Amino acid sequence: MSGTMNAQATRPAGLTGLAKTAASFRRAATTNLAILPTIASVVIFVAMVVFGEVAYGRIVQVSTVSNLLINNAHLIVLAVGLTFVILTGGIDLSVGAIVAISSLSGVKLAQAGWPPALAILAMIGIGALFGLVSGILIQHFKVQPFIATLATMFLGRGLASLLSTQPERLSDESGVLWLATKWKVIDGPKVNDFIVTPGLLLAVVIVLLALFVLHRTRTGRTVYAIGGSESSAALMGLPVGRTKLLVYVISGTLAGVASVIYTARLGTAQNITGIGWELDAIAATVIGGTLLTGGFGYVLGSVVGALVLGLMTVLITRDGGIPPEMTTIITGGILLVFVLLQRVVTRARH
Amino acid sequence: MNESTNRTAGLRRLTRNPMFWGVIAIAVLLLLNLIKDPGYLAISVNPANGHLVGNLIDILRASAPVLMISLGMALVIATGGIDLSVGSIMAVAGATSMVFLKDAGSDPGSAFAALGLSLGLAAVLGFVNGALVAFVGLQPFISTLVMMLAGRGLAKVITGGQNTNAENGTFRWIANGYAIGIPVVFVLAILVVILVGFVVRRSALGLMVEAIGINPKASRMAGVKPRGILLAVYTLSGLLAGVAGTFAVSTVMTVDVSRTGYQLELDAILAVVIGGTALTGGKFSINGAVVGALLIATLNKTVLFLGISSSATPAFKAIVIVVLCLAQSERVRAWFVRRKQRSAESGPLPQTALLKLDRDRQEAGA
Repeated sequence: MSGTMNAQATRPAGLTGLAKTAASFRRAATTNLAILPTIASVVIFVAMVVFGEVAYGRIVQVSTVSNLLINNAHLIVLAVGLTFVILTGGIDLSVGAIVAISSLSGVKLAQAGWPPALAILAMIGIGALFGLVSGILIQHFKVQPFIATLATMFLGRGLASLLSTQPERLSDESGVLWLATKWKVIDGPKVNDFIVTPGLLLAVVIVLLALFVLHRTRTGRTVYAIGGSESSAALMGLPVGRTKLLVYVISGTLAGVASVIYTARLGTAQNITGIGWELDAIAATVIGGTLLTGGFGYVLGSVVGALVLGLMTVLITRDGGIPPEMTTIITGGILLVFVLLQRVVTRARH
Repeated sequence: MNESTNRTAGLRRLTRNPMFWGVIAIAVLLLLNLIKDPGYLAISVNPANGHLVGNLIDILRASAPVLMISLGMALVIATGGIDLSVGSIMAVAGATSMVFLKDAGSDPGSAFAALGLSLGLAAVLGFVNGALVAFVGLQPFISTLVMMLAGRGLAKVITGGQNTNAENGTFRWIANGYAIGIPVVFVLAILVVILVGFVVRRSALGLMVEAIGINPKASRMAGVKPRGILLAVYTLSGLLAGVAGTFAVSTVMTVDVSRTGYQLELDAILAVVIGGTALTGGKFSINGAVVGALLIATLNKTVLFLGISSSATPAFKAIVIVVLCLAQSERVRAWFVRRKQRSAESGPLPQTALLKLDRDRQEAGA
């Protein structure tokens, strides 16, 4: 019986790869309205690029692209972490504070003479620990996700303020800074070079890993199943509790990784680092098409969402007429618009 | 024996009341201060102007803003929602009044105009929250999170990113004046609490708010219109945050756009939870919120007085919130119940010991 089913399932593989992808895209777009926000985010990104190129110029060039990627590598990592959490229908408000505490402790440890690799591991470990605390509160003690992560947010911020309220500098020869070494990949004319940093490559590796975990493993399918319906997932015998705990640990760990990338790029850490980043990360995820109610979304969508936010900052800087204080208002506005779009789409589905 | 069981039943009822524990916590904190400085609780009357002076009066004065936002938060949480934007709305209201007063004169008229303007703006922001929750159907924490960060941005836009100060005698009087020897700001706060408490508890409004928190669908079927009530509750929370914001800035007549109201949403949530309002909604206690707010003010003051770095308080409060959440969680409760049953099963001796312990505790309390 299962043999014939396999035979049926493998028959469409006879199509060429390209046609198959096109067909699956068409099918997804027509049968599943929930993919609309992801498509919308790609459209918006392209529109912003075109608008920026027409209005300010010098947007479509390799140096702008590499700067956009390098400057937003940490946000991409945060958004990937939040994608896991939001896919299960949860939320993590603590990522910005985790970046602050982990980045400050990392710099302090490096100053105290820890080898860079150990300091980096400690930073990631702190993130994982905070994620674990939130996860235990949420999964084991049934505290609402936003309350539990709000508590860890204030805990992280408070502990960071305890460590130091001054900007702490990494020494110039610290090994942590290696992650921000600029490698020229394409040596363009003048300063128009395509540059990558180890930090950016780390972010790319994390995106690929997340893609693999979410779309090719049992854990990934459980994450989607929990978001679809937690009780159904439990009745199907999926490891709901373990997976819910895991997504918060992943989010915390990735916040630690993001703080490593950011600290290496900046060379300093402060207790007010990362204020409002939880909104940026949530916005990136939501703009990328992940439904806040869970169960639907793509990692690559979140990456596009993070790049939309990054490009927005670039455009605001280029414009010069908009005060930088407006950035959070605009981010909030965009987030609202996309959440509204989600409401419309999910209502249409039911 | 009968009398003693009555007594323990009464005691148990008392200890079940979260407000009781709030009051105990305040007493413990004051005791800590008293140990450090035996004259801590002394209240004296300033002979020149008849004002009461003392640390307790300072605590009352400092508790006013927290009282306001906790009051709003209690109602919002009772509907099963949350308002994360109160701190930012405080900053917006403070920024509006300071920027307005900077250009306007120092006459009482412009003080009232500034009040009206900032409270109006705060209510509008709360209304936006309410509309997003009630009519669009957004999760409360997302719409108020957006407002929390956008509001802080708005405050910066209003002041141009600068800390702004202004001079106005009437406006300053709100926080620094005295009425019958008590700080005006506390009197105003208590009046607002009484007013809101009266409206909510002497009408069916409070019941409806709780009904929405227990089961929105069932309450709608029972004829409660959740949209209007949600809208009203979030608008009220915004308005009260505006009041708190004017209280906070009028103390020093300066708005610090990145510090005014910063992280105060945690204080409000904490005060409300201490007061026995469950975070899952469906129940609120205004008296409890008042006790909670007083506890927060006492805690802030104690931390300063004992010389602990004030930057440590958010971490400390976060831990308290976690502990309270754990205490509310089913798993921990079930564990306690099991323990109690086990000790009850293990014979008469431990039980009488428990009774004796209760009696001792009661005598110590009395």
